[in-house]
Amino acid sequence: MTVLPDDIVLKVSDLQTHFELGGRVAKSVDGVSFDVRRGETVAVVGESGSGKSVTSLSIMRLLSSPGRIVGGSILYRTSQGQIVDIAALPERKMRAIRGREIAMIFQEPMTSLNPLYTVGDQIMEMIRLHEPVSAAEARQRAKKMLDLVEIPAADRRLDEYPHQMSGGMRQRVMIALALSCNPNLLIADEPTTALDVTIQAQILDLLRRLQREIGMSILFITHNLGVVAEIAHDVVVMYTGRVVEKSPVSGLFAHQKHPYTRGLLACIPNASRDRGAAGERLRLNPIPGNVPSVTALPPGCSFAPRCSYRIPHCDEAPPLMTAGPSHLSRCWRHEAL
Amino acid sequence: MSRYVIQRFLGMLAVMFVVVTIVFIIVRIAPGDPAAVMLGPDATAQDVASLRARLGLDQPLIVQYGIFFGQLLQGDLGESIFLNRPVLSALADRAEPTFFLTLFSIFIAGLIAIPVGILSAYWRGSLFDQVSTTLAMLAASVPSFWLGLLLIQFFAVRLGIFPVSGYGGPGASLATRLSHLVLPALSLGIVSSALILRFTRASMLDVLNDDYVRTARSKGMGEFRVVMKHAFKNALIPVLTVIGLTAALLVSGAVVTETVFGLPGVGNLVVSAVLRRDYPVIQGALLIVAALYVLINFLIDMLYLLVDPRVRY
Repeated sequence: MTVLPDDIVLKVSDLQTHFELGGRVAKSVDGVSFDVRRGETVAVVGESGSGKSVTSLSIMRLLSSPGRIVGGSILYRTSQGQIVDIAALPERKMRAIRGREIAMIFQEPMTSLNPLYTVGDQIMEMIRLHEPVSAAEARQRAKKMLDLVEIPAADRRLDEYPHQMSGGMRQRVMIALALSCNPNLLIADEPTTALDVTIQAQILDLLRRLQREIGMSILFITHNLGVVAEIAHDVVVMYTGRVVEKSPVSGLFAHQKHPYTRGLLACIPNASRDRGAAGERLRLNPIPGNVPSVTALPPGCSFAPRCSYRIPHCDEAPPLMTAGPSHLSRCWRHEAL
Repeated sequence: MSRYVIQRFLGMLAVMFVVVTIVFIIVRIAPGDPAAVMLGPDATAQDVASLRARLGLDQPLIVQYGIFFGQLLQGDLGESIFLNRPVLSALADRAEPTFFLTLFSIFIAGLIAIPVGILSAYWRGSLFDQVSTTLAMLAASVPSFWLGLLLIQFFAVRLGIFPVSGYGGPGASLATRLSHLVLPALSLGIVSSALILRFTRASMLDVLNDDYVRTARSKGMGEFRVVMKHAFKNALIPVLTVIGLTAALLVSGAVVTETVFGLPGVGNLVVSAVLRRDYPVIQGALLIVAALYVLINFLIDMLYLLVDPRVRY
C-alpha cells in the first residue's frame, strides 16, 4: 500500500510522457514532479510546447496516440480514501475516476461541447454515467449546477444547444459539467485563454468561489502568470517538458529563481512599470527566440540558448536545486538571481 | 424550422421545373424525326405528316411545351408508341424491381460502409484500415456489371443458391422475387459502398479529433459510447449526403445491372425504349428518375433537421 501524506490529493512523481513516431522520441514530459494539496490550487505555467497540457492529459489518461506514459507515478487519493497510481491503472478503473473523481475543463469553450446535444443532456449524461439517478433527478441536479455557475434562467438554458450561447456562457456550462459529480480535483487547462479579459476575470472569480464552497483542489494550466497570481497557491513553471522552478506563489512573485520565470513575468504588459522616468512608454521585454522542439533539445540547460544569464557551466544540465524555503530552481545561477 | 422546410420544398419545386424543361428540350432536339423513325423507312411522307399531326409535333415548340406541361400536371406522361399503353402505367409496372433493387443496394452499401468506415477511422493506420481502404478502392474501380457476372458465376451457377436471372416470371411469390434481387443488390451495394466508406472514414477522422470527443472521454464514458454517440452522430451529416447521392445515382445506375440480371425494371424498359426511339417512354422515365433524385435530396435535407439542431435555427 502506497502512502501519501493526508493533505495531498495528487502526487505526480518523475512523470515521463513520450510521443514515439517513426523511431523518434519526443520527451514531452520528462521527469515532472509536484504535489496538489486538498483544497488548494497548483498552477502549471509555461509556453506552448512546455509539456503543461501533456502533463494534464497524462493525469486524465487522455493522451492521444502515440503519446504514452513511460515512467513515474501519479498517485491519487480517491474520495473513499484509497490511493491509486493513475499511471498504472487499468482503463476500466480509470473511467470511474474520470469525471467523477477528477474532472477537466478545456481551453476552447466554443468547441468543447457537443453541438448536437442540449446543454442539459450533456450535463445529465455525466451525472447519470456515475450515479444511479433518474432522468428527472439528473435534470434537477443539472439545473442546480447551472445556478451554481451563475447562468440565469437555468431551466430554460438546459434545453438550449451550445451554439445558442456565448463563449463565456459555454465555459460556465463546461465548469457546471465538470463539477456536476463533485470531483475531488479539477484540472483546468487554460480555461480563460480563449475568453475576453472581462469574462476571464468572471470565470476566475467563479472558480475561486466554487473552490471555497466545494473544497476541491484545482490544477490550473496556463501560460499567463498574471492569472497565476490571482488563483494559485503553488506554482510549477515548466520548460521543454521539465520543471524549471517550483514555489509557493508569494515566494515566486517576490523572487524568481529562474531566468525563464523572470522572462515570463517581464512579458506581461504593466502600464505603470513600463513607463520611463519621463512617463514615456518603454518597450516590452520578450524572451528572445522560441521554445526548442523536445526532439531537438540543446545539450545542457535547455533554456541556455535564450538566456541572458548564461555561463559556461550551463553546458551541463542543471538539476532541480533548493533555492529558498519550498523553492526549487533548475538554474546554476539561482543564487545570483 | 418551418422556414427551412419551406425553403427546401420551394427549392425542390424550382429544380423540378428546370428538369421538366430540360427533358422536354432534350427530347425535341434529339436528331431525327420521331414520326419518321417510328414509322420506319417504308412510310410515305403523308403517313409521317399525319402521325406528326397526331403527336402534336407540327405545333410550335412553345405550344407543345404548354401541352406537355399541362398533361404533366395531370399526371399524364403520354402514350408509349410501341407498347400501346400510357407511359405512366408502363413505368409503374416496372417500378417494383427497380425500387427494391435500389433500396436493398443502398442498405447493403450502408451496412458494409458505415461500420467498416468507423472502425477504419478509429484504428487509423492499422492493418484493418489498410486492408479495408484498399478493398474499397478495388470495389470503386470495378464495374457493377462485371461484379454482377462474377456473382452469378459463383453463387448462381457454381453454388446454385440464387437464381441466375429474371424476376421469377408472372405470378411469382414475393420470396421468389426477392431472391432474384439478392445478387444484383449485392453487386450494386458492394460497388457503391466504396464511396460511402471513404466518406464515413474521412468524416470520422475529422470528428474523432474534435474537442467535444475529448470532453466526452473526460466524463469517463466507454469508448463505444464516445465513438457512436458523440463522434459518429457528428460525422453523420456528410455521410447522409453521400448516401442520398448514391441512392439517386443507383436509380439511374440500375439500368446496366438490370440488363445483366435480366430484371424487368425501369432500367430495362428505358434501354428498350432508347433502342426503339420510344420518345414518350424515354421522356417519362427521365422525369421519374429526376424526380426521385430531387425527392431523395429533399428527404436528406429533412434528415439533417433531425441530426443537427443548428439547421433548425
